[in-house]
Amino acid sequence: MVKEIERAGLPVVHMCTIVPISLTVGANRIVPTVAIPHPLGNPELSPEDEKALRRRLVSKALHALSTEVDGQTVFED
Amino acid sequence: MSKFRVVHYINQYFGQIGGEEKAHVPPSCKEGPVGPGMAFKAVLGEEAEIVATVICGDSWFAENMEEAKATVVKMIAQHKPDLVITGPAFNAGRYGTACGAVAEAVYKELNVPVISGMYPENPGVDMYRRYALIVETGDNAAAMRKAVPAMGKLALKVLRGESLGTPQEEGYISRGIRKNYFAEERGSKRAVDMLVAKLKGEEFHTEYPMPQFDRVEPNPAVADITKARIALVTSGGIVPKGNPDHIESSSASKYGKYDIEGIDDLTAETHQTAHGGYDPVYANQDADRVLPVDVLREMEKEGKIGSLHRYYYATVGNGTAVASAKRYAEEIAAELKQDGVDAVILTST
Repeated sequence: MVKEIERAGLPVVHMCTIVPISLTVGANRIVPTVAIPHPLGNPELSPEDEKALRRRLVSKALHALSTEVDGQTVFED
Repeated sequence: MSKFRVVHYINQYFGQIGGEEKAHVPPSCKEGPVGPGMAFKAVLGEEAEIVATVICGDSWFAENMEEAKATVVKMIAQHKPDLVITGPAFNAGRYGTACGAVAEAVYKELNVPVISGMYPENPGVDMYRRYALIVETGDNAAAMRKAVPAMGKLALKVLRGESLGTPQEEGYISRGIRKNYFAEERGSKRAVDMLVAKLKGEEFHTEYPMPQFDRVEPNPAVADITKARIALVTSGGIVPKGNPDHIESSSASKYGKYDIEGIDDLTAETHQTAHGGYDPVYANQDADRVLPVDVLREMEKEGKIGSLHRYYYATVGNGTAVASAKRYAEEIAAELKQDGVDAVILTST
């Protein structure tokens, strides 16, 4: 799906936990996430900390969308 | 003659530990065959036996890949196998990736041959086909009855040291290895024969299939994210409570488009997941854990993004055919462009 959205001309960032699969399917901007059943959260944290974590990840995704890339790029910390 | 020793790698589901709620169990090892191993036992007969079965939760493996590979290979090595079988994983993405990663590690570190079984669209095929003989299977566990005899037969052939035919003859997915051989006809004759067959509409097999490089160049970055309209798309199955469009929990035949105008936070009362391929507990408690509406709404109010698009799109990426996913995304992207969306965040579980 990521690839087709990119092909249509929209910049897209893939937020996912299994980065090797994202690389295989051909995503260009990739932000690694927390875990498969809760990519953008962590139920072990307090609600405030969990939201702060989610906000950091989404900020990273927005940063990825604002960054020119030359081929597949994984945005680590 | 003593029997050949085989070690079998399977996930928590086939290992009879549990479903998605047990996908986080770390690797463990049992003596003898478990689950599909019993069916292999019948096919391997007197010549080979499954001496041990290594079982690992799919999510645990995917989330701790390096540690998982190391631990699983160590467990496998302790049983001194002549051959390792992984799966079959059919079209299960995490399981196929794990089966492939185990195959790679076994092949590289133990120098032991590996037989696996997967549906050709399983992402594990593209990632790890070089390291295992991956028998082509159907896309779900109903294909077990066909997969096991095919995999078992190939395993015995490898154990006996018999030479293998081409991938087509043996029923496995090409590893990309070229073997030299003396053909009866010279190349020009074979090429013309192939052309004639093609012109007649007859079946023919190319000797060198073109590799498929389907890569899309990245689009230019968003110039000013604080002015951009951002849309959310997910394959994690987040839907309004009650799943109004009845999106299937696996092999989804559709996607949904949902209005989030005026919604600042997804809650257990308003949203849930329809996805059947991961433990739904956390997403059902708070769907923002998969689709971050709450923080994007905040960022919209703070002027960090221009706006959050009024609609989000969702499907269930669980054994869903690549062709379906491609079509959904084409339709979604066309609508998003028409609606003036500048960039997309796509989340996957």
